Amino acid sequence: MQERNNNSAEFFLNVELAPGSKKMDPILIADRVSRNFGGLTAVDVEHLEVQRGAITALIGPNGAGKTTFFNLLTGYDKPNHGEWSFNGKNLKDIPPYRVAKLGMVRTFQLTKALYRLTVIQNMALAAKDQKGESLLRSLFPFTWRKQETEIYLRSEEILKKFKLIDKKDDFAAALSGGQRKLLELARALMVEPELIMLDEPMAGVNPALKQSLLEHIKDLRAQGKTVLFVEHDMDMVMEISDWVVVMAQGKIIAEGPPKSIINNQEVITAYLGAHHDAELDENSESMASKNLKGGVNQ
Amino acid sequence: MDFLFIAQQTLGATIGVNTVIFALAAIGLNMHFGYTGLLNFGQAGFLAVGAYSVAVSVETYGVPLFISFLIGILNSVIFALILGIPTLRLRADYLAIVTIAAAEIIRKVTRSATFNDVLGGSDGISGKFGKDFFDFNPFKSGLETSIIRFSANDLWVVIVGWTIVAIITFLMWVMVNSPWGRVLKAIREDEDAVRSLGKNVYLYKMQSLIIGGVIGSIAGFVYALSRQSVQPDNYSTALTFFTYTVLILGGAARVFSPIIGAMIFWFLIVFIEQMLRQAVTAGYIPEWLIGVNQVGQIRFMLMGLGLMLLMIFRPQGIFGDKKELALDARA
Ligand SMILES: Nc1ncnc2c1ncn2[C@@H]1O[C@H](COP(=O)(O)OP(=O)(O)OP(=O)(O)O)[C@@H](O)[C@H]1O
Ligand SMILES: [Mg+2]
Repeated sequence: MQERNNNSAEFFLNVELAPGSKKMDPILIADRVSRNFGGLTAVDVEHLEVQRGAITALIGPNGAGKTTFFNLLTGYDKPNHGEWSFNGKNLKDIPPYRVAKLGMVRTFQLTKALYRLTVIQNMALAAKDQKGESLLRSLFPFTWRKQETEIYLRSEEILKKFKLIDKKDDFAAALSGGQRKLLELARALMVEPELIMLDEPMAGVNPALKQSLLEHIKDLRAQGKTVLFVEHDMDMVMEISDWVVVMAQGKIIAEGPPKSIINNQEVITAYLGAHHDAELDENSESMASKNLKGGVNQ
Repeated sequence: MDFLFIAQQTLGATIGVNTVIFALAAIGLNMHFGYTGLLNFGQAGFLAVGAYSVAVSVETYGVPLFISFLIGILNSVIFALILGIPTLRLRADYLAIVTIAAAEIIRKVTRSATFNDVLGGSDGISGKFGKDFFDFNPFKSGLETSIIRFSANDLWVVIVGWTIVAIITFLMWVMVNSPWGRVLKAIREDEDAVRSLGKNVYLYKMQSLIIGGVIGSIAGFVYALSRQSVQPDNYSTALTFFTYTVLILGGAARVFSPIIGAMIFWFLIVFIEQMLRQAVTAGYIPEWLIGVNQVGQIRFMLMGLGLMLLMIFRPQGIFGDKKELALDARA
């Protein structure tokens, strides 16, 4: 694990610590993407590159535009301006389902478990290139039975990893909030994405579960997948991300490895407001000291 | 009171032509509403398209009956495309508005004097357009037993009708239990999630709308053939809402529920009517309370009361799974 971390850190050796910096091998590139809601500019990203094979965190205060940015990148929302590409393919005007087919799969801040499907059906649904999903073939089960069996086996394997196997025949609606988050991530993996985009995967997940979720996400990196995630939980950001991108008021205001971000004055200001008082100063201090401890541990 | 007569009427209705028609209409609606979550409030329109395609093709243009079935199916596909192309990308309620309006437009057009020559105006079309079908009738006489009676023609319609119901139900069962059906059910739950997993939601919704619509138009074929006539006002919104009643009685998203729902629906309608009628005639119910002429309306009132009780005590319908409904509330 340690070795992996070092390897992915290498991606960023020569990367400038500035918003919009060039990466060695970007999987996702966004250029001048902006989105207005009435008078409000929710997203105004000048340039962003996401490094392939690394875990990148996208952080920022509430209302910074992170979710909106995810929506734009995955085709759920249309920008007022801008271009972005995935693996060199321009994604402008590509509908969400084709974005997913291209290998860029997202989850949602408000979990979208498919309630009246069982857990295993949630999983099986997500598998790619299913023969039985064509209307005509659906009428001839012998044409898809074998593939369906394989899909179920793979689903069960992933569910085992996510400790959801005991729940496989329960309706997804019967899961707890944290379990639904797990299911959503597990389900996204069934699509075999190259880039997986998680919107607050830790929200509402208890500490024990959180630890296993962290392991799963690290595991993804070990498998060579790219992870881009939005998160408010700083512990998680510090622990697993190779690179952190900070958004505030729609703009990217800082980029860098986790340790550089935590001490960045602009980031602290964005989070705490320009006129932060003593109490908040204490907060930022504790963040800084946490960072220090992290450094000692390594 | 003649209980044998009541039993005979009720049994005849429970497995009769109307039950076949409503079962087929509800199977189509089950595909839309039960499995895909599409709010189609114009199922009557699909029945009208089917019924009029047959009657007009044969009676007005002299097309052979069996070709007219193909025309009916083609027309219902076109109707589904017209409804679906502009609305299926939008929020669910747009489909509801467009379908209810489109079904009414069809009814108004068919009954308008302008197209009297072709569509028959408000009187509709009556004739012998079912002749080719009834020529195949192997029954020379009807069924005449003490508990059930069908005329020769009705017997033929009922037997062919139930065969069609059985075939379509079987195909539905295969489809909804396939990966294709799984996508539909997932769309019903949350279409954005399904998109995020790489499925073309629009395409699946369109397929569902077309299939359910075609099944609705087949119900229209039976409607038209069984009576050898089509009348525009038979295809009013009331027909759509009765179809929903049938579906909800049985419990949505179960393959057998439209059949059971239709049987219960017609059982109740005819049973209540016959009981009331005989009770009034025999003087058990005083004339000042219910007159013979009011029985027709009162059966629907009682039917509505029954539905309310069902929704209170068994909201999931006859076949539905209470557990699923509880989950829904939680979600
Ligand atoms: N559909 C919408 N209509 C109008 N304004 C919107 C819409 N969606 C988002 N916004 C606004 O855009 C801004 C960015 O919202 P967004 O949801 O992207 O924030 P976020 O960074 O994900 O915040 P959080 O961390 O709280 O999830 C907010 O000010 C929000 O009010
Ligand atoms: Mg958000």
